[in-house]
Amino acid sequence: MSASLEKGVRVLKEVIDAPIASYFNSCVHCGLCAEACLFYTETGDPKYTPIHKLEPLRRLYEQEYTLVGRLAKLVGLSKPVTDDELEEWKELVYNSCTLCGRCSVVCPVGNDIVYMVRKFREGMSASGHAPEGIIGAVNRTVTIGSPMGVKLPAVKAQMKHVEEDYGLPIPLDAEGAEYMVMLSSMEIINFPEYLAAIAKIMHQAGKTWTLCSTAFEATNAGMQIGNSDLARVLVTRIVDGAEKLKVKTVISPECGHAYTALRWEGANLIGRPFTFKVQHIIEVLGEFQEQGLLKTEGFETDRLTFHDPCQLARRGGVIKQQRNLMNMVAKNFVEMPDAGFMNWCCGGGGGASAIEEGEELRLEAFKKKKSQLDTVKPDRLVTACANCRIVLEEGLEHYQMDIPVVGLTEMIAEHIPDQTTEKGA
Amino acid sequence: MNDMQFLTWVRGAGLDIAVSIFLLGVLWRLIEIYSLGRKKDLAAPRQVSGASGWHTIFRRSVPPEGMMKKSPVSYIGGYTFHIGLAIVVFLFAPHILLIKNLTGLSWPGLPSQFIDLAAVVTMAAMVIVLADRINKPVKRYLSTFGDWFTWTLTFLPVLTGWMAVQHLLLPYTTMLALHILSVELLLVFLPFTKLFHAFTVFGSRWYNGTVNGHKGVAV
Repeated sequence: MSASLEKGVRVLKEVIDAPIASYFNSCVHCGLCAEACLFYTETGDPKYTPIHKLEPLRRLYEQEYTLVGRLAKLVGLSKPVTDDELEEWKELVYNSCTLCGRCSVVCPVGNDIVYMVRKFREGMSASGHAPEGIIGAVNRTVTIGSPMGVKLPAVKAQMKHVEEDYGLPIPLDAEGAEYMVMLSSMEIINFPEYLAAIAKIMHQAGKTWTLCSTAFEATNAGMQIGNSDLARVLVTRIVDGAEKLKVKTVISPECGHAYTALRWEGANLIGRPFTFKVQHIIEVLGEFQEQGLLKTEGFETDRLTFHDPCQLARRGGVIKQQRNLMNMVAKNFVEMPDAGFMNWCCGGGGGASAIEEGEELRLEAFKKKKSQLDTVKPDRLVTACANCRIVLEEGLEHYQMDIPVVGLTEMIAEHIPDQTTEKGA
Repeated sequence: MNDMQFLTWVRGAGLDIAVSIFLLGVLWRLIEIYSLGRKKDLAAPRQVSGASGWHTIFRRSVPPEGMMKKSPVSYIGGYTFHIGLAIVVFLFAPHILLIKNLTGLSWPGLPSQFIDLAAVVTMAAMVIVLADRINKPVKRYLSTFGDWFTWTLTFLPVLTGWMAVQHLLLPYTTMLALHILSVELLLVFLPFTKLFHAFTVFGSRWYNGTVNGHKGVAV
């Protein structure tokens, strides 16, 4: 992709819509959004104030879409957006924003700041000011099929392992299955337990399911970098796969941004509604639990707490299910302060974890999670996003906190009675 | 121009000009902003009660959990001067009379002692939020000429109105004329500065509530 300032400005002009215009006109510079942003609260540096991260976009809006701004531009009274400026803003738009959306829920005038950051990234990426780390992830997703370079043989190897270990079949390209299960590279490489957990859960629930050989990777680096064209390519793979296999529901894995990309941005990216349903695995488990299709035995007895992935809870509206599931298998489940809707980000969402040069800042921001954890002192930390999990593990290691992190789906699966005696439909 | 002529001008031609710029300005800015439109959201919606644009318009007037503690001056100072301004502007008998003359609409006012108190409290709150803007690193960092300018534009009408009623500093006629002039400046600049949030705040909250409400998230 050839990027240039001109292209970036053109893209930004296209993404500016009535909500963005309304938001910029409503901002009274109260700075309350800073208090909601962990990059500000943990560093105290005012440049991390969320609304400030949008300054070049605001000026461009004024210069292009307001009478006063156009007049000012005409007589040379306003500063044009430059490459140097956008390069300076890269750190603010990517490294120090995880698209967690806390700012958007505290702004007193109602500005949806994260909505604007997401759109601003379109112009940043088109003008060539996206971080190398995310560009790499995008390129690998487009050329190889996954951001971490995972190919189908790796998935097949995992499938074989799980089939051997658990004696449960892992269907591939099974037409007409009810569920098509997506994975994230992170799960294929680092957390193979996830696939085994799905097999056990589906078997017990008596549901038909399948993986898809042409669409197994759910993560969407195109969305993270802010390139809708690439995000569309990645979503289209999944849509094609789901429609080819005629599945009813596509299950997004334990990965926050994969869920947002597919559930909320997907249809808008391809320009038509989906012909299938999209659910996060936690929503599916919640449904199974409600319908009595999920039966567990025994309890975890150590002190557990749950880290809400931003894209699942605050940005995705799934908040109760994970708590009901936790209580199903845990005797000693405690909530962190601000848990649920207002939970604090792990510090690595929105592509931030892929940015090498952002690591120092990320670890600084992790102090917020550390303080939440210090309050409840759990023995283990449960979450439902493979990226959160990696970022949490890195942070915990850095601060020498001995708290193992586990995925909720696999924890639930561990409490499903031995499959050999159970009969699925 | 003597005091009387000055007062006559601000009450006549001055007021006409200011109100015209205000009304046309507001209309122009609303069209300029909202005619940009937005794309239809094609994702399958998730219905949740309480998650909508209208809910957010109201809900966002209340500080989200924990935020009051983080910035009490913003919230308490903000509420105080906004409510104070509304009381002083709309419940002072002479103001109601003016509105009645312009539009025919009328409602009961509050005793002038109460308005005096409200004006003083409003000014105190405004001075406190100004001090906070200078003091707090984030607010100072975000502040531009527009922030100091609009603070002054908002403060002057309250100050001159209160001083006119109290017969302070200048003869009543002169102070009253200055008061009306300051209001006219406020009207002229309101559509083109951050003061326009008085109008867009509803649209912004509605969009935020609607976009997130589509996902079943009550923001």
